[in-house]
Amino acid sequence: MRFGLVVNPVAGLGGRVGLKGSDGADVQRRARALGAEPRAGERAARALAELRSRLGAGLTVRTAAGAMGADAVTAAGLRAEVAYEPGAPTTPADTKAAAAVLAAEVDLLLFAGGDGTARDVLDAVGPAVPVLGVPTGVKMHSAVFGVSPRAAGEAAALMATGGTAIRDAEVMDLDEDAVREGRVSARLYGHLRVPDVPVRIQQRKLGGSVTAPASVGGIAAELRRRLGPGEPLVLGPGGTMRAVAAALGADVPVMGVNVLDRDGRLAAADVSAARLEEIVRETPAWVAVTPIGGQGFLLGRGNQQISPAVLRAVGTDRLLVVATEAKLAALGGRPLLVDTGDEDLDRELTGHRPVLTGHGRTAVYPIC
Amino acid sequence: MNTDRATVTPADAKIGPKPRLRRFHQARWDEPLLFELSSPGERGVLVPEPGVPLDDSLPEGLRRTTPPALPELSQLHVLRHYLRLSQENLGVDLNIDVGQGTCTMKYSPKVNDRFVRDPKLAELHPLQDERTVQGVLEIIYRLERMLREISGMDRVSLQPGAGSAAIYANVAMIRAYFAARGELEQRDEVITTIFSHPSNAACAKTAGFKVITLYPDADGYPDIEALKAAVGPRTAALLITNPEDTGIFNPRIEEFVRIVHDAGGLCAYDQANANGILGITRARDAGFDLCHFNLHKTFSTPHACGGPAAGACGVTEALAPFLPKPTVEFDGTRYHLDDDRPESVGKIRPFYGVVPNLVRAYAWIMSLGAEGLREAAEVAVLNNNYLMKKVLEIRGASAPYAEGRRRIEQVRYSWATLAEETGVHTEDIGYRAADFGTHYWTSHHPFVVPEPMTLEPTESYSRADLDEYAAILAEVAREAYEEPETVRTAPHRSTVHRIRQDTLEDPETWAVTWRAYRRKILGQ
Repeated sequence: MRFGLVVNPVAGLGGRVGLKGSDGADVQRRARALGAEPRAGERAARALAELRSRLGAGLTVRTAAGAMGADAVTAAGLRAEVAYEPGAPTTPADTKAAAAVLAAEVDLLLFAGGDGTARDVLDAVGPAVPVLGVPTGVKMHSAVFGVSPRAAGEAAALMATGGTAIRDAEVMDLDEDAVREGRVSARLYGHLRVPDVPVRIQQRKLGGSVTAPASVGGIAAELRRRLGPGEPLVLGPGGTMRAVAAALGADVPVMGVNVLDRDGRLAAADVSAARLEEIVRETPAWVAVTPIGGQGFLLGRGNQQISPAVLRAVGTDRLLVVATEAKLAALGGRPLLVDTGDEDLDRELTGHRPVLTGHGRTAVYPIC
Repeated sequence: MNTDRATVTPADAKIGPKPRLRRFHQARWDEPLLFELSSPGERGVLVPEPGVPLDDSLPEGLRRTTPPALPELSQLHVLRHYLRLSQENLGVDLNIDVGQGTCTMKYSPKVNDRFVRDPKLAELHPLQDERTVQGVLEIIYRLERMLREISGMDRVSLQPGAGSAAIYANVAMIRAYFAARGELEQRDEVITTIFSHPSNAACAKTAGFKVITLYPDADGYPDIEALKAAVGPRTAALLITNPEDTGIFNPRIEEFVRIVHDAGGLCAYDQANANGILGITRARDAGFDLCHFNLHKTFSTPHACGGPAAGACGVTEALAPFLPKPTVEFDGTRYHLDDDRPESVGKIRPFYGVVPNLVRAYAWIMSLGAEGLREAAEVAVLNNNYLMKKVLEIRGASAPYAEGRRRIEQVRYSWATLAEETGVHTEDIGYRAADFGTHYWTSHHPFVVPEPMTLEPTESYSRADLDEYAAILAEVAREAYEEPETVRTAPHRSTVHRIRQDTLEDPETWAVTWRAYRRKILGQ
């Protein structure tokens, strides 16, 4: 198997100096002025060292020159094949260009960075080749990262030795300027394909590869049971919801909010908040959402189309929260989170609510 | 910690020092299946021809058209086959079996096997006239009385098996109770917790209930606020364990019971494992309506690999009419089986329970007496907290929730720190432990505690046993930090290298019979 690596050398620069991110040359200058030191290369090397310990030192890694990859490859004791020469200083354009070149030549592209880097990789590579993030950024809301550099190296090695499926994972990002001003606002940018090594519960082999699909089928049956004749079902974004839609017989895009009819036909794809509001005002509908990317966010991250107006029109008693038991367990006791932008509505949704986990099965779980 | 570091003793001068940890090495026979060993025409037993022409006496539907596809082997080959398999095994009589957490692996006294194998018991038949089995009926009757005392319940039935069979019996009684009151339509929900045995949810589902699961709060207790949100007019019952698999005793258990009772529901206490509270607290004292014991856990009978284990269901007077049947009654002179119980949920297992294990449990209780039972629980709890202290000294190990608090009879540990720092996972550590002649169990799914390990030292293990077990874990943890490859590629001295997990998880590939193996694996 051929591995590629692209490092965003400035990823994570703002983190330790409290800048809540590292996007933009100005912030990076401020970070350096505050004494920040780049850690991305060192962390990338740690991931590669793990890969080397599992696959051997004979490995060659296609990468970009210098701090964008080759240094880390060499530091990990592996041979670097340079396929891209960046300018100085490096910019997001370099990340994109390097990722695009490498994607054509490798079976798995490792990238070291945070959510911003993940977005650059998404723009440059898309679903063309599986990727995996080595977490070095400040914000990592995306579900494309190993939980640690070592875990990323481990997942890459597992993919090489066979046995990992590839799944779609969410690329999320916060608006850093908004965060610095004390507002939190994240959105879903799209999906990258990553090796399916459950990263929170790292029990790849014991992790219930059968129980998850089985419970998704159960959830789909439960949704069908609740739907009255002619009632549309609004499905939020995410891999779980896509699998639920598939179990209902519909092939929906992973991104965006989709509307199904009771027979599992796709009635409307990737709808806007305005369109959704029209639909749910026409007919009594149900809305099903699932927490995103292991963060616990239920509403207000990546599914803003399901707006307060939509939720009020549908009625909060017709908002169905859906998650496999494994997904709830992976939250490690953290509550589900809502941030619809309407504080009254958020308050109304807060408390213990049922979460559909299978056919005739629910968990009662806290929402904050 | 180093395997080669020696403990110097006077004998060392002559025979050399011993390694600090024993160098276990398991047999590896690469033993084929009996079907693969089969040789046409080979015979172990020559069954005599029947004296009568069978064709006339057997109904048409029972006659085979083709001979059964049985393996053909000599007695020696069969004996050798099973002896080899037995050498490729670990078990409570062979290793320090504290790693099989929640299973309560304790010594099953061999003297009790002598009672069971005595022809006076072994040659009884369940269809014998009850006048000829008064002795065994008396044992069942007396054992029921003892378990009433131990649980505080009004009636006990030994008819169901253990585990899921006993839980199912309790759920069936709950269903029958509400059906009799005309409330079954309304009460269609059963509440349980994610740390309770999954059989609770599964049995409730099998009996037609919807299942609501509670997750732990920050302290590891089932979330009482979630319970308050979950109960209502649809609640039939709460099925709960205490302590749960974390080993943390829930001091608010009476409040849980009250909340459910106030909503009109029943409460069933999963006491499959009651080893930490025996003689200390009782299901009835906490207000429960039903409970069950697995006699192969707390009461020392063999586990028998998920097979013929015996259980006990205890209920209050209000639920007694619904007990499985027959019940064993005594009229002052004679014991008899009562099948005339119109409201009974019927038979859960054939006949009236797993008699050999009932006899073993009876003998165990009689040998200890009331004080001995309590002492068994106390020693089990002491052993557990001693082992916990030793395990928590190991780098990378932790016991999530209720930090600083003691546990009851078991602990669900986490290797999350070790995994994060070394890339070695709990499954790897378990495999490596097999190289030292032991093993452990992780957790039920889903893994609420990451990188879990569940240990339960019962009263049967000595301090030296616990020290040895902790030393093995410490050694494997040291290896994980210093030579992770050794752990990741383990086991090195065990029978099976690594099991392909998908062959256990995936219905398309798992094969538990020869026929399934041929179809799914060999493609025949």
